[in-house]
Amino acid sequence: MTTTSTGAVASEQNKNPLTQVDASIRHARFSDRLATGALYAISGSFVLLLIAMLSYIMYNGIEAYSGTIFSFTDEGIGNQFFNTIYLVVISLLVSVPLGIATGVYMSEYAAPGRTTDLLQMALETLSSLPSVVVGLFGYLAFVVYVGTQWNLFSGALAVSILSIPLITTTTYNALQALPKGYREGSLALAATPWETIVHVLLPACVQPIITGIMLAAGRGFGEAAALLYTAGMSTDINWNVWNLASPVCPLNPFRPGETLSLAVWASRTEGTTANAGDVAAAASAVLICLVLFFSIMSRWLGRAISRKIEGE
Amino acid sequence: MSRNIKWRREFTGRGLVSLCGMAIVILTLAISVFLLVRGSETFVTFGHSLSEFLFGMTWKPADDMAGGGKVGAALFIAGSIITSMVALLIAVPFSVATAIFITKISPELGRKVIRPAVEIFAGIPSVVYGWVGLVVLVPWIQELFHLPQGQSILAASVVLSVMIYPTITSISADAIESVNPKFLEGAYGLGATRWQVIYSVLIPAAKRGILTAIILGLSRAFGEALAVAMVIGKMKAFPTSLLAPAHCLTAAIASDMGGAMDGGELNAALWSMALFLFIMSFLFIVAIRLIGRKGQANA
Repeated sequence: MTTTSTGAVASEQNKNPLTQVDASIRHARFSDRLATGALYAISGSFVLLLIAMLSYIMYNGIEAYSGTIFSFTDEGIGNQFFNTIYLVVISLLVSVPLGIATGVYMSEYAAPGRTTDLLQMALETLSSLPSVVVGLFGYLAFVVYVGTQWNLFSGALAVSILSIPLITTTTYNALQALPKGYREGSLALAATPWETIVHVLLPACVQPIITGIMLAAGRGFGEAAALLYTAGMSTDINWNVWNLASPVCPLNPFRPGETLSLAVWASRTEGTTANAGDVAAAASAVLICLVLFFSIMSRWLGRAISRKIEGE
Repeated sequence: MSRNIKWRREFTGRGLVSLCGMAIVILTLAISVFLLVRGSETFVTFGHSLSEFLFGMTWKPADDMAGGGKVGAALFIAGSIITSMVALLIAVPFSVATAIFITKISPELGRKVIRPAVEIFAGIPSVVYGWVGLVVLVPWIQELFHLPQGQSILAASVVLSVMIYPTITSISADAIESVNPKFLEGAYGLGATRWQVIYSVLIPAAKRGILTAIILGLSRAFGEALAVAMVIGKMKAFPTSLLAPAHCLTAAIASDMGGAMDGGELNAALWSMALFLFIMSFLFIVAIRLIGRKGQANA
């Protein structure tokens, strides 16, 4: 009898609205702490994963080091390294002027509405194209229809298709973000719109545009799928031949040229040479270094330029 | 400077940049037309039906002009869809969690450590992801599940999930940052804890942006070629289990196009796959636009 009555009292107390609120607050606080902990853990684990991946790649790259691995011969990846840089430089020569000009047109000249919508749609389509599809298009348009062999220049054009949307969008966004006063002030001083663009607007946008270009370059270094059937998978160059028309001249852009990322792909899938594993490891490490170098450079360069323009 | 030269420059400059703008539109159209023409050869020249291509189980295209093979690409399409979906399932919770962390829990750590880390993740070339997947992840999976080979849908999905993680994270973070702070202040004012604010106010308010981020991630996963090709096993069989090797559209194009005769049936079928990828990526853009427009209408 007594036990049941105390039980009844206890349940009575539990029903007390204040205790219930108390419990729900305690519950809320507990789940808040739990969730905060989980979020810390998840974010932290991805940083750890990145560190682990980078150090694994670097460690393997260093371990793969041998006298010949960085040489400019068939055993080394020197030629591939050169091809990668050369290809990205050519692709930037195409995509930077075209990308910036399109960004300028879209922001300053095109009638807002149908024209800009059309361009926007085109850029979005281009930037969402799978790179293997771009490679296929490049193969057909720049190799088969031109009637030539796989070559670096076609590869560079294919990479340009991938980087133009990026450069155009950064240019456009940077121009749009400028205060109206820049344009109005310049036009009020009787400058033509073109003079305003060249002397006022573009100089004010140098920092974001440089960042965009660096990003595009970084992507170019790592691109592989678009180059499979455009730049080709072979490299046959002779460092003693400097006649541009010769197919073995390093600077001839119309020769096949395997890049570092293609070397990683080829050595793991085809593995024709005995040191294929080492080549993949070394090429991955060099690629990572290139990408890291460019991402650090883009930050530093952007900061340095804006400091110079803004005068400290 | 004389007024004449000044305006001549204006017109030259204007003409030049307009030409460039036009060139971009023409380039996009050219790519679409090329893909449409070459991709439709399977159906026009070789007389296969669309349903055979989409749902057919037998993949035996003839590598010559005569044709007469089977072009059932269902196994590739299924491989692509399954790997990207599983990759999304893995990546989305982590990405959204990280996005919340760098915007609301610790913006300081986010700005100094995690955002740069995410940027580096995004910059790592896809073949390097594929290579690490092949030498680290594939042997792990093989040992963990006692498989004859570790190359599998699971391996491909994990590699893809790491690759799309930076995309989803940074775009979700932007979406979360643009949520009106008054919503959050209101919720805090009612005595909500931070977690209650996050899951009942912040996430619903940033829903549209997060959805856009997810679609962009999906689109990247769907179009990724070489990293997947390295770890998926390239087995021409319909995927039956997460641990079984499979194949996908991009990997098939990357590995078979080189050997296919120009104008042959195999070549045409591979172009149809490219066209399919193109249409999918276009649909993703349309979906994102629709989400954006709906957001504007509601705002």
